[in-house]
Amino acid sequence: MKKFIINIILTILFFSYVHAAEEMNEPLHPDWSFEGPLGKFERASLQRGYQVYTEVCAGCHSMDLLSYRNLVEEGGPEFSKDQAKAMAAMFETKGSPNEEGEITMRPAILSDHFVSPWENEQQARAANGGAYPPDLSVIVKAREGGADYIYSLLIGYEDAPSEMSLDDGVYYNIYAKGNKIAMPQPLYEDGVEYTDGTVATPEQMAHDVTMFLTWAAEPKLEARKRIGFKVISYLIILSFLLYFTNRRIWKDTH
Amino acid sequence: MSDNYEPSSAIGKWFDKRLPLLTLFAGHVLPYPTPKNLNYWWTFGGILTFCLVTQIVTGLVLAMHYVADAEQAFTSVEHIMRDVNFGWMLRYIHANGASMMFMAVYIHMARSLFYGSYKEPRELIWIIGVFIFLLMIATAFMGYVLPWGQMSFWAATVITNLFSAIPLVGESITNWLWGGYSVGSPLLTRFFTLHYLMPFLIFALVILHVWALHVPGNNNPEGIDVVQGSQDTVPFHPHYVVKDGLALVVFLVIFAGFVFFVPNLLGHTDNYIQANPLQTPEHIVPEWYFLPFYAILRAVPDKLGGVILMVSSIAILAFLPWLDTSKVRSAKYRPLYKQFFWLFIADVILLGYLGAQSADGLFLIISRIATAYYFIHFLVLMPLLGFVEKTKPLPKSISEPVLSKEEREAQVAGST
Repeated sequence: MKKFIINIILTILFFSYVHAAEEMNEPLHPDWSFEGPLGKFERASLQRGYQVYTEVCAGCHSMDLLSYRNLVEEGGPEFSKDQAKAMAAMFETKGSPNEEGEITMRPAILSDHFVSPWENEQQARAANGGAYPPDLSVIVKAREGGADYIYSLLIGYEDAPSEMSLDDGVYYNIYAKGNKIAMPQPLYEDGVEYTDGTVATPEQMAHDVTMFLTWAAEPKLEARKRIGFKVISYLIILSFLLYFTNRRIWKDTH
Repeated sequence: MSDNYEPSSAIGKWFDKRLPLLTLFAGHVLPYPTPKNLNYWWTFGGILTFCLVTQIVTGLVLAMHYVADAEQAFTSVEHIMRDVNFGWMLRYIHANGASMMFMAVYIHMARSLFYGSYKEPRELIWIIGVFIFLLMIATAFMGYVLPWGQMSFWAATVITNLFSAIPLVGESITNWLWGGYSVGSPLLTRFFTLHYLMPFLIFALVILHVWALHVPGNNNPEGIDVVQGSQDTVPFHPHYVVKDGLALVVFLVIFAGFVFFVPNLLGHTDNYIQANPLQTPEHIVPEWYFLPFYAILRAVPDKLGGVILMVSSIAILAFLPWLDTSKVRSAKYRPLYKQFFWLFIADVILLGYLGAQSADGLFLIISRIATAYYFIHFLVLMPLLGFVEKTKPLPKSISEPVLSKEEREAQVAGST
């Protein structure tokens, strides 16, 4: 009877595996510093990632949930306050109405949210052939495969096989679902010029910007793992104490 | 039970004479005679109480920052995650807490099924428990809708649409539930209100559950009654306070593992995409703890039939004390039932797996077989087993099976 049940389960698992395998390529799995129980972000990589985001991605993708002040906060890119202020000031945002009731533009400050490249979704679609570039604030948590998937997608562009015909505004990417994606290849050799002298290969840029996006989606990741380590250590010690207390109490009961 | 409890301090005496809370706790709850042979499967009642209180406390603080409006709900949750002090921790505890609570309640129910805790004289404890489970389902479902991600929205759409299966008035009822002609802000607001209310109803039922438990006392792994005034029982405090405490702390290690290291493992990635009524996700799947019931719902080709079967699959539990005809409580002494119990558990896990797959082809066929077996277990096997099963002889008292082999042989020798 048991054997019979196990056989049924194995058969089903096999079928679902075949089912899933035909859909898309498994994403690459680079070594991420933020993985593991005590993982942390690489500060320099986060800072480079911010540069890639602003110089490449931000042309089309908003990050509405982030503010410039986040760039200064602990556990993130940790730019200095002056650096972040200067970075914010590079963008213009709507100010409050002046005495005549007109809304004028002003440079962004630390408390402002990241300035969106678009006024609204319609404008974004109109400029991108009908496709809407999604907001990137929590994109790493919103996609199956997380950071691995985002990283792979960014470097997964190849020439389409000859038998495949692509419509206008559709590109070939080996990690995209159905190998088709509406985003043109974003990263090219030396697409940005890193200030710290790192060579800007597509892999390096993809790595940095994915690290940055992971932090953006989970800005408290470092604190979470740090506290979690303490909590679990405490609980394990407590469980030992309770184990011995329990044994003592039950000693005379048979 | 020491009914002659008397507070020692003057204030205690004054207070207790007017409101005998101290007598209740120090005179009844703490010395409450508990069978001495309860194993660790019995610790989940305490664990569940802890989970409920944790959900209420974290939920209270989350509610201070959450905005129940279709436009703002998603951003307000992200505001909690980013800007509220330890907001990320509160939300992850609350979200994973729901999963942990269901994990605990399923173990608690399986324990009851295995050891026959639902049988005479404990039918009411069990039935109250079924109602607690129903309320938990409603609460968890509504809570899942609140972050207003894609899965929230589409789960709400699928489930509220089930009411449209009711003949004649279905459509009107659905519109009445929605407070409009589609899922939107009015529904979200009322779900939030109800999600806030229901845990307190659960809490009230938990008090009744424990009260009803304290009348006949705990069942135990042998499934036999304790011999009054014998060595069969120990006082609840400190024996079970510490034992339950130990189990709770071990449980918390797992809980903390989820919260701090894989907080999104049990969730769905689509729920980090803001709700979009114009875009249906590829697969709409409920949280893992609803999957078996979801599989039953989809196993039926007819919508109304599916709804009826899904509701019945839970309602049938309330009738279990009378569907089970066996006089023996514990599966330990029911060799046949013991096998069918494990088969039933396997069936529920299989249904859970099927609930996560697309409902077509082979999966659909197996779903139907597994659904049929679920009901056969309750409607055919449980009543039948009581008549055909040859049960093992029960021990005379709890203390008896605890005795060593030599002691027992000595006893047998003494009696012949």
